[in-house]
Amino acid sequence: MSTLHTVNKSPFDRGSLQTCLRVASKGNAVLLIEDGVYGAMKGSNVAELVQGSLSNTSIYVLGPDMKARGVDESKLIDGIKIVDYKGFVDLTVENDKVNAWV
Amino acid sequence: MSNIKKFMYVNRKAPYGTIYAWESLEVVLIGAAFEQDVSVAFVDDGVYQLLKNQDTTEVGIKNFSPTYSALGDYDVTKLYVEKESLDARGLSLEDLMPLTYEDEDDDWAEKDSIKVVSSAELAEILEQQEVVLSF
Repeated sequence: MSTLHTVNKSPFDRGSLQTCLRVASKGNAVLLIEDGVYGAMKGSNVAELVQGSLSNTSIYVLGPDMKARGVDESKLIDGIKIVDYKGFVDLTVENDKVNAWV
Repeated sequence: MSNIKKFMYVNRKAPYGTIYAWESLEVVLIGAAFEQDVSVAFVDDGVYQLLKNQDTTEVGIKNFSPTYSALGDYDVTKLYVEKESLDARGLSLEDLMPLTYEDEDDDWAEKDSIKVVSSAELAEILEQQEVVLSF
């Protein structure tokens, strides 16, 4: 079953992104929202983990939440895709279920 | 007798996911209005509060980041950012808002408020404080 995982916490404050990426199955989608968007940035202590997960899972980040936090597109790890609110809805519809890592 | 105390506010949370960052900023400004000797530290996810170009128009939350620029006018001129926290997040001073104040003891010269300090330096600064409030 295809799954969309949403992660809304900073990977430096909680371990939800790390756990999500550890247990996500091949082909799953992961969407970083709210403070989760910090996990999409290059050069951090979790960047290698996120980069490595891209071979297995599609990783998305919510544009409006990035902009709010001053996270520039140029700072994103290569391969992470930006979606808007409509894209969030599309991901929800495309997948059989949503696993919200709150 | 002077009633001025050394106050330190320690910020450890990212700006919009919780209300802590905004509340801290309000308390800092209140403390400054009472003419206390105020310092502010940004560690852990608190460093994200100072990122440049925050634009909250699409999320429907107030963008309070411009308020940090007003701190200098309230004589809050000692903003310490822990280097180890920046490094862990792949950030550097260039990613932060340029925050300045005018030094009245130096012909109103414009100076940087933000100082990037190591954990060891921050430990010393914390040791000197009389009141520490953590957010």
